[in-house]
Amino acid sequence: MEFCSHTLRNGLEVVAEVNREAYSTALGFFVRTGARDETDEVSGVSHFLEHMAFKGTARREADEVNREFDELGAHYNACTTEENTIFYAAVLPEYQDPAVALLADILRPSLREEDFDTEKQVIIEEIRMYEDMPPFGADEKCRAAFFGAHPLSHSVLGTVESITRLGVEAMRDYQRRLYGPAHVVLVATGRVDFDALLDVARQSCGPWPSVAAERATGRFEPIDRFLVLEKPTATQQYAVALAAGPSAESHDRYAAKLLATILGDDLGSRLYWELVDSGRAEHASLSHCEYQGAGAMMTYLSCSPETIEDNLQRIRDLYRQAEQEGVDEDELRQAKNKVRSRVVLAAERPRGRLFMVGGDWIARREYLSVSGELDILEAISLDEVNAILNTYPLTRNTTMTIGPKTDIREPK
Amino acid sequence: MSANILSHTFPNRLVLVAEPMGSLQSAAFTFLVPAGCVHDAADRGGLAEFICEMVMRGAAERNNRQLVLDLDNLGVQRSQSVSDAHACFGGVSLAENLSGALAIYADVLRRPHLPQAHLEMVRQIMLQELQAVEDEPAQKLGIELRRRYYPAPWGRPPQGDRQAVESMTIEHIRDFFNARYHADGTILGVAGRFDWQQLKRTVERLLGDWTAGQEAEPELPAARPMTTHVSYASQQTQIGIAYPSVPYRDDDYFEAWGAVGVLSGGMSARLPTEVRERRGLCYSIHATCHSLRRRGGVFCHAGTTADRAQETLDVTLAELRRLARGVEQHELDRLKARIKSALIMQQESSAARSSTIARDWYHLGRVRTLDEVGRRIDRLSRDSINAYLAEHPPRDFTVVTLGPEPLEMPDGVL
Repeated sequence: MEFCSHTLRNGLEVVAEVNREAYSTALGFFVRTGARDETDEVSGVSHFLEHMAFKGTARREADEVNREFDELGAHYNACTTEENTIFYAAVLPEYQDPAVALLADILRPSLREEDFDTEKQVIIEEIRMYEDMPPFGADEKCRAAFFGAHPLSHSVLGTVESITRLGVEAMRDYQRRLYGPAHVVLVATGRVDFDALLDVARQSCGPWPSVAAERATGRFEPIDRFLVLEKPTATQQYAVALAAGPSAESHDRYAAKLLATILGDDLGSRLYWELVDSGRAEHASLSHCEYQGAGAMMTYLSCSPETIEDNLQRIRDLYRQAEQEGVDEDELRQAKNKVRSRVVLAAERPRGRLFMVGGDWIARREYLSVSGELDILEAISLDEVNAILNTYPLTRNTTMTIGPKTDIREPK
Repeated sequence: MSANILSHTFPNRLVLVAEPMGSLQSAAFTFLVPAGCVHDAADRGGLAEFICEMVMRGAAERNNRQLVLDLDNLGVQRSQSVSDAHACFGGVSLAENLSGALAIYADVLRRPHLPQAHLEMVRQIMLQELQAVEDEPAQKLGIELRRRYYPAPWGRPPQGDRQAVESMTIEHIRDFFNARYHADGTILGVAGRFDWQQLKRTVERLLGDWTAGQEAEPELPAARPMTTHVSYASQQTQIGIAYPSVPYRDDDYFEAWGAVGVLSGGMSARLPTEVRERRGLCYSIHATCHSLRRRGGVFCHAGTTADRAQETLDVTLAELRRLARGVEQHELDRLKARIKSALIMQQESSAARSSTIARDWYHLGRVRTLDEVGRRIDRLSRDSINAYLAEHPPRDFTVVTLGPEPLEMPDGVL
């Protein structure tokens, strides 16, 4: 494994982890923009713009973009989060250069009005699809309540109303401001020819003019809240709870991830034994979400409506007990073994590794090899894990439940 | 590409089939046990899945907790599920932990406690799963479509039904387990980094003296196409269409697969282009080949807002009918590029390979190596696919819609 990096004159960074043994090459443009960079007037524009990237450029008609990706045999897609928009493709090594050129081209889409209107319908279908599926948008609503005035409260998808209202000119303006080269990192993993990669990056992205833009970070004060949303057509009852957690810059994030594994992993965690193994809930988990300047610990629960109060109380009791007594060495050892195996297995495929290398770089301008990351995890002490429970108490949270049941007592 | 498939059939008819992937640090395994939901009695729907949960609740010297703890400490990422024919137990870990993981699973398959004390807990889990499906319209549609396309017992959902799950007793569990968990018909697929001789010895030691039993699958009755609407309170209408295709073992399977690839393989394929990209009718639409041992089908799914569902259904059916007129060379070229890279990338995932080789063995009694599949794909031509389509044009559609209002079926759907 070899790490290479370079910054083009206009500020666009290129980073790669080269593995000459790999069968494929994974490529991704990580754009540092997402829902948190939007205003209410353009809510959902980052995600809509991600879709529009595939609808044609100055060089390519709408149909040609997908056709060319398919001609390269690429496994490609894109995703939008609260703070990043990522366009990626996994290809055979011989297609590295045309795949990078194509990905670079779609970062400068034409945004033709007719395509915009057609794609608007697809976005609305996507929103409606999630509205029909658990937890029926409660996750975004809980995030909005938890982050309050902080920009991380923004919805990634937007609403049917905000998308309907959005005009193509507002999207063009957003694209010009937030897709500047200093906001973009080209990431490559697997069998990468770095010199060739730089050549294509210079040709394709070199002419992009620099644009200055700063992200508003802001502060937020998490508060205790308990909210109930009615969804009479739902069969099960769902709950999402957010408590504060370490940010993407904080070393505490490692301890937080191990803590989440101990308390709320899908299998073998305290929540699992208390709620899932016993058949009390269909699903119960805790995970750590990290952002620039903020973080959250997210609890997710689904169960039958008649057991929701009991289950929420059990979760509250379980968290309170952890805060009072801490977790133990055996649990930490088990969590480290699990996480170690996950990191190594996910890194076996270049497309799995792409998101780790790209995620580290876009959040912290940091490269960590797999063994480097494992060393850090191994060194996390029990005290560090238990300190998380004091600094970021899980019992202090915003909880939102959604489903057919509305008279639900807040856990004590 | 690698083409090294190793296999061994033990005297009790257990099959071990393995593919070394030396560039990986991991090893993955897939057990296919002939204990799928086709073996559920008509009034015991869900029994196979109930047992699949119960066997994990302690085995040999480990109780429920110790079992999970030991698998976690070995770093085994695992899954279990029930399909029509099989109970499937899969796992992947770093290569050095493979034999430790296999030893635990040998206990699970041979010496589970099936504890009476856990019966109620597992029943609750099963009931929760049945309830959860009611909130997942796409999954619910899939179940309803399959149930109508493959007659019982083959099209049954593994989740079973509420009444049967509520009445399950520990005797039902133990009887089914004794009848179905045995070596004959069980296939263990292993892929990744391992030493073949050592693996064979390990499996011999763990499972060589497992009761052989006798494998037999129920008949697959003839099917009749039908259309149904399932009333469901939602914003979107889910549309499912299934039609006959050849099974995986058929010589023409790759032609059938290629034709479906032209419909749905990649975003430039016909269905995403016509339904989503050109008309903006839905977010997700796809078609896939599915195969039982002796019958296959193409399954299509689209979800769209109720007032646009009729147009989505009409456009989708029109595309299925247009396929009978043949595919174009440029469509086939793109498809081959995608398949070629997918085949090479399969070598990056031990988990995917262990499952594929075990399933190959079930369908074919051997494994199609990646080389063999590659050569077969090279032989695919526009003429061969069009000849297949002339003989097997998409027709006899089974259509299920799920949503607030039924749709009109265009003439000649059935």
